[in-house]
Amino acid sequence: MFPKGTKRKFSDSGEEAACGGGDQGPSAAPAPFAAAARTLSSSYSLQRQSLLDMSLIKLQLCHMLVEPNLCRSVLIANTVRQIQEEMTQDGTWQIMTQALAAAQCPADRLVATEVLCRQTEAAAAAAAAVQAGQSPKPFSVSGLEEGYHSEEVVIDGDAEAEVAMSSLSPVSPQLSSASYLAGPFGMGPCWEDDEEDADCDEDEEEDSEECASEGEDGERHHLRADSRTGEQVFGTFEIKHPAPPPDPALEELFSDVDPSYYDLDTVLTGMQSTPKMGPYDLLESLSSHGPTALSSSATCRSDLNELDHIMEIIVGS
Amino acid sequence: MEEESDTRKINNSFLRDHNYATEADIISTVEFNSTGELLATGDKGGRVVVFQREQESKTQPHRRGEYNVYSTFQSHEPEFDYLKSLEIEEKINKIKWLPQQNAAYFLLSTNDKTVKLWKISERDKRPEGYNLKDEDGRFRDPSTITTLRVPVLQPMDLMVEATARRVFSNAHTYHINSISVNSDLQTFISTDDLRVNLWNLEITDRSFNIVDIKPANMEELTEVITSAEFHPQQCHTFAYSSSKGSIRLCDMRQAALCDKHCKYFEEPEDPSTRSFFSEIISSISDVKFSHNGRYLMTRDYLTVKVWDLQMENKPLETYQVHDYLRGKLCSLYENDCIFDKFECVWNGSDSVIMTGSYNNFFRMFDRNTKRDVTLEASRENSKPRAILKPRKVCVGGKRRKDEISVDSLDFSKKILHTTWHPHENIIAVAATNNLYIFQDKVN
Repeated sequence: MFPKGTKRKFSDSGEEAACGGGDQGPSAAPAPFAAAARTLSSSYSLQRQSLLDMSLIKLQLCHMLVEPNLCRSVLIANTVRQIQEEMTQDGTWQIMTQALAAAQCPADRLVATEVLCRQTEAAAAAAAAVQAGQSPKPFSVSGLEEGYHSEEVVIDGDAEAEVAMSSLSPVSPQLSSASYLAGPFGMGPCWEDDEEDADCDEDEEEDSEECASEGEDGERHHLRADSRTGEQVFGTFEIKHPAPPPDPALEELFSDVDPSYYDLDTVLTGMQSTPKMGPYDLLESLSSHGPTALSSSATCRSDLNELDHIMEIIVGS
Repeated sequence: MEEESDTRKINNSFLRDHNYATEADIISTVEFNSTGELLATGDKGGRVVVFQREQESKTQPHRRGEYNVYSTFQSHEPEFDYLKSLEIEEKINKIKWLPQQNAAYFLLSTNDKTVKLWKISERDKRPEGYNLKDEDGRFRDPSTITTLRVPVLQPMDLMVEATARRVFSNAHTYHINSISVNSDLQTFISTDDLRVNLWNLEITDRSFNIVDIKPANMEELTEVITSAEFHPQQCHTFAYSSSKGSIRLCDMRQAALCDKHCKYFEEPEDPSTRSFFSEIISSISDVKFSHNGRYLMTRDYLTVKVWDLQMENKPLETYQVHDYLRGKLCSLYENDCIFDKFECVWNGSDSVIMTGSYNNFFRMFDRNTKRDVTLEASRENSKPRAILKPRKVCVGGKRRKDEISVDSLDFSKKILHTTWHPHENIIAVAATNNLYIFQDKVN
């Protein structure tokens, strides 16, 4: 049902297409989204989407650092801007979002916007799941939210650092969510609410353990603001309350789609391991688990255990 | 272009055993002084190693001009900024020599935040015969001293001392990417991602901010400064390059704050090669004035360009460093290689330029004959005093003997830092933790 290989192909065939605009490639899209499919099925769009995903992950990792390489961050952010601009121009977003809007109930909006930050198949899967009356938990959590929060930890109480960080902080929220507010749903205020809520959280974020759950926390606020009905459903994702076991069928679905993220993450974090990060290594190692950990509550807990273990070591030493 | 027949010999190389090489051993900068007698390297561990050229000897002509270790010292230590809760790496980002004015040598070294002025001096004599102090260095009771003895200088083993004379700190919020000594020999600039600061070499407690491109709202930041350099003769002129591929020339006589450039060099983008990576690959990683001060050389990801200071709308010359990577930009973006910062250098007469590439390859371009050559700095392929063979990367199709295919290039072996002797054809090439020194064929 879902083209497992599409993202993996990226590093190979992606080059020609992204650089030269080649048009061959796998065409695959879920049937219900035929309109969007036409645009998305071209390998160019897929590769552009992959490039966007990759860039967003890179940016997210940048945010984990106290002092990211500014030149690199700026160049990546500009790339994201460029892709976004182009996608807005060729109407990819509109087709996508309209297709999703037509197919879903209001509670799916969030999932729909998720499409903008994540790979489309995943979002489609999540959306389809919702439609079928299942909870779309794994994919509703945006990695960028997580990045944004961890970053605030860094900002804490330092004016200069704040300046430095704010250089990057706006980039991801703006690009991942805020900039899409112009879309047909007009859900701007919800996202802004989220930001305020996030600010309130700042104090508790001192502890890196807290940070682990930040993604969820942010998400929770987010949802509360977004839809009343969603609150109950998504409330269960809070890390403190074990979520019900995910639907096996659903999990299978995601396991089909998600692995590209594992790969990319491993690659990226492996690469990112600079010796200078110091106290924030922890954050980064957490972040590397971010998307995967959030994809099921079980992994989430095991990650927490891991964190506990790390904390023990730190405190012990 | 025809491959230049090879005239380069490996002179000597300072190889650390790969098995023991650590991250700290990776060479992060390399620089000849203004006479070429000394060569300095800085590494990620904050050390500076200075090499000195051997005097010519009649008995061993082949040893002409070999470089040997002269002095090693720890320039920067890792620090922790408690206020910002961040570690400051000790890695030496750049070294610049000051022109020699007396028996001692001076150099500036910088890490991300702090520039230091080091004095390297020799001592081969020591004063002896004081009678005011006893052997332990304690003052004697003056009443016991009846005569005054004049101390005499006694020869001793040569000792090279490195002492930190000045520390220029607390002026950079972002990472220092370059420093440049002015031709007035009194000032220098230090440049970070968003600002250029002007210092007097004698004064450490203040500097003047002469360029500041930090937007009031950092959300609007789309461009950073990547490198800056003073003009070699005009002490009021300097140039800085940006991540958008442009170079700005500034005149310090116009205003104290040089936010307004007097010249702006930029090549219009070629729409036919446009891609999402266009901006990233046009980001300039290094800018260098020619020795005669007439040209500027810039290095971006795929090319090296020579600009005439009199022509702002396009470069005078463009040389492809590794165009075969153009089809691999996506992977290079994915593995972050696309952000590698390659440097570039002029030869003494500004007729040849050199810059690095991957797989321990480095490239030379003869501006007059338009010939170019790819050489390799590797221990496997070059023995001391062996002649370097030109290398060739094959692009698609059939691979001929001695060629290496694009897919088998090792992207972890990159030559980012090189330097050229100011008058002679001697080059130094840093390949990860190894320093290679090559010179023109003797005889």
